[in-house]
Amino acid sequence: MSVLYGKPESLNDVPFTFCPGCTHGLTLKLVASVIDEMDMGDDTISVGCVGCGGYMPWFMNVDTIFSLHGRAPANATGVKRMNPDKLVFTYQGDGDLASIGTAEIIHAAHRGEKFTTIFVNNTTYGMTGGQMAPTTLIGQKTTTSPYGRDAGLCGQPLHICELLSTIDGAKYIERVAVDSPVSVRKAKKAIRKAFECQMAGAGFSLIEILSTCPTNWGMSPLESLERIRTEMIPAYPLGVFKDWEEGDK
Amino acid sequence: MTKVLMKGNEVIAEAALRAGCRAFFGYPITPQNEIPEYFAREMPLRNGTFIQAESEIAAMNMVMGASASGARAMTSTSGPGYCLKLEALAAMTLTRLPAVVVVVMRNGPAFGTMNAAQEDYRMNGNGGYKVVTFAPSTIQEAADMTFEAFDIADQYRNPVVILADGMIGQMMGSVDFDKLPAKREHLPEKTWALHGRGQRNGKSEFLFIAEGKNHYQEKYDAETILYPEIKANETSVEIVDVEDADIVMCAYGTAARMCVAAVEAIGSEVKLGLIRPRTLWPFPYETFGQIGDPCKAIICPEINIIGQMIDDVRIASAGRWPVHHVGDSATGPLTPDGIIEKVKEVWKEMKV
Ligand SMILES: Cc1ncc(C[n+]2csc(CCOP(=O)(O)OP(=O)(O)O)c2C)c(N)n1
Repeated sequence: MSVLYGKPESLNDVPFTFCPGCTHGLTLKLVASVIDEMDMGDDTISVGCVGCGGYMPWFMNVDTIFSLHGRAPANATGVKRMNPDKLVFTYQGDGDLASIGTAEIIHAAHRGEKFTTIFVNNTTYGMTGGQMAPTTLIGQKTTTSPYGRDAGLCGQPLHICELLSTIDGAKYIERVAVDSPVSVRKAKKAIRKAFECQMAGAGFSLIEILSTCPTNWGMSPLESLERIRTEMIPAYPLGVFKDWEEGDK
Repeated sequence: MTKVLMKGNEVIAEAALRAGCRAFFGYPITPQNEIPEYFAREMPLRNGTFIQAESEIAAMNMVMGASASGARAMTSTSGPGYCLKLEALAAMTLTRLPAVVVVVMRNGPAFGTMNAAQEDYRMNGNGGYKVVTFAPSTIQEAADMTFEAFDIADQYRNPVVILADGMIGQMMGSVDFDKLPAKREHLPEKTWALHGRGQRNGKSEFLFIAEGKNHYQEKYDAETILYPEIKANETSVEIVDVEDADIVMCAYGTAARMCVAAVEAIGSEVKLGLIRPRTLWPFPYETFGQIGDPCKAIICPEINIIGQMIDDVRIASAGRWPVHHVGDSATGPLTPDGIIEKVKEVWKEMKV
């Protein structure tokens, strides 16, 4: 019997422990598949974060370091500078990257660090129980915006791709979603492009992934996917914000 | 090579380079700026990495990444930056990642003065850890301790802190780099260093808690195996005339140099002894057992208010002698005259 579909080699043979309908597992599988397809499993170092994405190291079968809340880009800087020929990526949530870790992500891009960031935007702090993040949508109720996010008090949602694409050292920046099979395929392509940009030594790359958090949104898995389409994509337009082609520097 | 005259901060940087440090991450703060500046000049010439990070937090987390990749990595700062590095320092103790952190201490918070001080003795991150902490008192010692710090960090897989006061960093002094301590042999190989699983025949490494232990096991092992071993092997102290002293002073770094000046100035009026910890952790508690019967009191001069090391001195004294602090006054930092005055005051009290 031949195997038609299996787990990527760069994933450990353990079940994901994410909540039902959470897209972290799917996203990790995409990352692992791209690593395998590029035949980079032996030469990859992943940098974990604090948050639900912090479970990543338990699932990935590649060399991994766990980093502190928001500091993954600094960690990855140390790792990549010591391992210039390896594939290095951080995997970070929106609280981690867009709040406590804004200095680290901006300056990693600013220095043009040659690693990739997989940025999981689920518009909330998943791990700590659904608090407001800088990415929380206007009107969205969270445990710390119980009346809905008020732009007058908390500002408008922070657009990380748009922000980072103003920085010269950032060479490939794309926002994707994982709400449907078509978007999932696009997301995978984006991840591959970012990794290729990195391995070509061009500079910093980031893929933002509009993701679900059914538990903290109080929605079913299907409703959550629908929310990506009806609420998130209108607020966070998909697309390439900084393009890079093979051969560009 | 013979002796050369160099600034303490530059001596620290040069000693680190000679110890094989090839990754330095820092952020500007007085009085340690000459350290990153030295690395900025030297790293490109010596095949190393220098990054001026966006903050001390980032610098320390870069050290963590470089160390996890097997490099001898270092950062330097002063008190305000040391606060910011503590979360990562604590994390590195738990994940057993070696590194050297140099703290050139100054007075007060970020909007304090830039005067030399000894105010960061108690600085500690979360998590309940211990790190070997060196306290250089001369420029040569700054070189020796920095050089050895890298071996010690690698030997125990535990970071090492050099707690220098601003005076040591800023002062020029003679140093002979040929007299650095011998390189330690048989340091453990960094089989855990992250270079991709291909380096380990496809077996991936996850640097979270070393060797797949849990938090409690790691901490228990630190308390019962690692720290006792470090205490037994690495405690370092200079002891001067404590057997027949009337008063014993206990001080480190520049405060200890002031004590020597005080001994000379006081002459035969009072017999003074000195205990000078070279390592603040492990603290040389046992040394206090060598203090002779004539001793009536301990004085602990520190360049700060209230006293910080004094708590360890009290523990070491275990009620056998009264312990007195002398430190900064309303007009400025600790001086040799301040120590002399304190000695005379305590001695007068003792005699009545
Ligand atoms: C310094 C520090 N502050 C706060 C925390 C607590 N904390 C753990 S996870 C988390 C939120 C992570 O949320 P996000 O980055 O959005 O990731 P998600 O869990 O949603 O995937 C916080 C605040 C921490 N571990 N460290």
